[in-house]
Amino acid sequence: MNARLIRFAGLSLLLLALPAMAKEPPKKAEPIAQEGIQVPKPPFTEGIFPCTGCHDGKSMKVNTTRRALVDMHGDIELKHGPESRWCLDCHDANSRDNLHLASGEKVDFTASYKLCGQCHGDKFRDWREGIHGKRTGSWNGQKQYLLCVNCHNPHSPRFAALKPMPPPARPEAIQTRTGGAR
Amino acid sequence: MTDSKLTSLPEPSTEASGGCGLGRREFLGVGVAAVATALTGCGTLSKEEFLQHNFQELSKEEVLSVIARLEKEYKAKYGKDVKVGTTPAMPGVIFGYALDLSRCIGCRRCVHACVKENNQSRNPEVQWIRVLQLDKEEGVNLQHAEQYYNPAEVPEEGHFYMPIQCQQCKKPPCVKVCPVGATWREKDGIVVVDYNWCIGCRYCMAACPYGARHFNWGEPNLPPDQVNTDTHYLGNRPRPKGVVEKCTFCVQRTRKGLYPACVEICPTGSRKFGNLLDKTSEIRYVLENKRVFKLKEELNTQPNFFYFYGV
Repeated sequence: MNARLIRFAGLSLLLLALPAMAKEPPKKAEPIAQEGIQVPKPPFTEGIFPCTGCHDGKSMKVNTTRRALVDMHGDIELKHGPESRWCLDCHDANSRDNLHLASGEKVDFTASYKLCGQCHGDKFRDWREGIHGKRTGSWNGQKQYLLCVNCHNPHSPRFAALKPMPPPARPEAIQTRTGGAR
Repeated sequence: MTDSKLTSLPEPSTEASGGCGLGRREFLGVGVAAVATALTGCGTLSKEEFLQHNFQELSKEEVLSVIARLEKEYKAKYGKDVKVGTTPAMPGVIFGYALDLSRCIGCRRCVHACVKENNQSRNPEVQWIRVLQLDKEEGVNLQHAEQYYNPAEVPEEGHFYMPIQCQQCKKPPCVKVCPVGATWREKDGIVVVDYNWCIGCRYCMAACPYGARHFNWGEPNLPPDQVNTDTHYLGNRPRPKGVVEKCTFCVQRTRKGLYPACVEICPTGSRKFGNLLDKTSEIRYVLENKRVFKLKEELNTQPNFFYFYGV
């Protein structure tokens, strides 16, 4: 595990150094490692993070029994496979400011795509290639990426409906103006 | 062509021609402009504008003087410093566009971002993107299309959405029919219009099978505070009355390396844009890995705009 980590760190250092060496940044190097690519902050509810603010392991004991939450987080309605899933399947019980993968490996909230990608592999693959999800910035240079959770609420991932902007005017509704045929 | 050759020749002696201290060409120019003003009723048309050649035939100096004149006119009209760019196509680039029909929810953010970016008339509002609401049961059947849908929330049950804009065809019928050569396909695949050369005959609108071209029936109603001052001669500079306009993939943005405004605004990330000649581009990934189709492929217009199912 440690050896892998060291290798990974070495590789990321190399990746970070590359832009300095070459004039253009490498386009498709290690796809979207959290290093070097601008990813916005995860959309936390205000005042909720860090979780260790309350879940410090002292004033509140860890309770790993699956249950409905009543005292806190009542606003969260789990519509993400609720039969087979609950909080601590993704949130880490012992390191509250992290998420964890199925393997138990901890991931930051800023790298939550790794967690999503465990089940939604096809979407993850497309996202890394820039096909699934929004990209802004430059088509031939630096792009800004969004996290999965910027568009999909992880507790209720269906893309939220939007109010459409106004439709075009019907031809009969267009007023005649002086100086114009219409 | 003959005319541009003539300009480089030394001026023939003026005494024999017009008199009044004017050169022959100047005299003719003023005369023609006066006649034109009388005939067209366009009092605002300057002599320089009337005598301006097709943009493709202008020399570098002529382009500079045209740009200077336009910027001066825009300053007078809008009270703003409008920058009119002439950035040419990047070598080795052909733009391609792909739209994910399985993601678009029909929210029309793109339509209005486009209007804002490209200085279209606001009232009546000219829109370069038309979003169609289609029946899932019917599939892409334009007979079942509705463009005036306006529910409280989209997407609506049983429907999907298909935005249509200029498809930037490789064989553009609109270019073929233009009687004066005021519209053409640039090297990077963008079909553009020289608004100063367009005569407003609207043949191109009749020829376009996608309804992608729009006509300024009246003086475009563009409030000065809403003018986007970053413009391109062949793109989003404010247009005069009586000319045809269309989507240019935001030529003023994309030739600088930026995404078009519609890509930038889309909340669902349905819109993908890039260089078709770049094997590592997003657009190439779509074409190589997704189910892709072209709209009205049977017409052989060969669009560089693709629809795909990202699912």
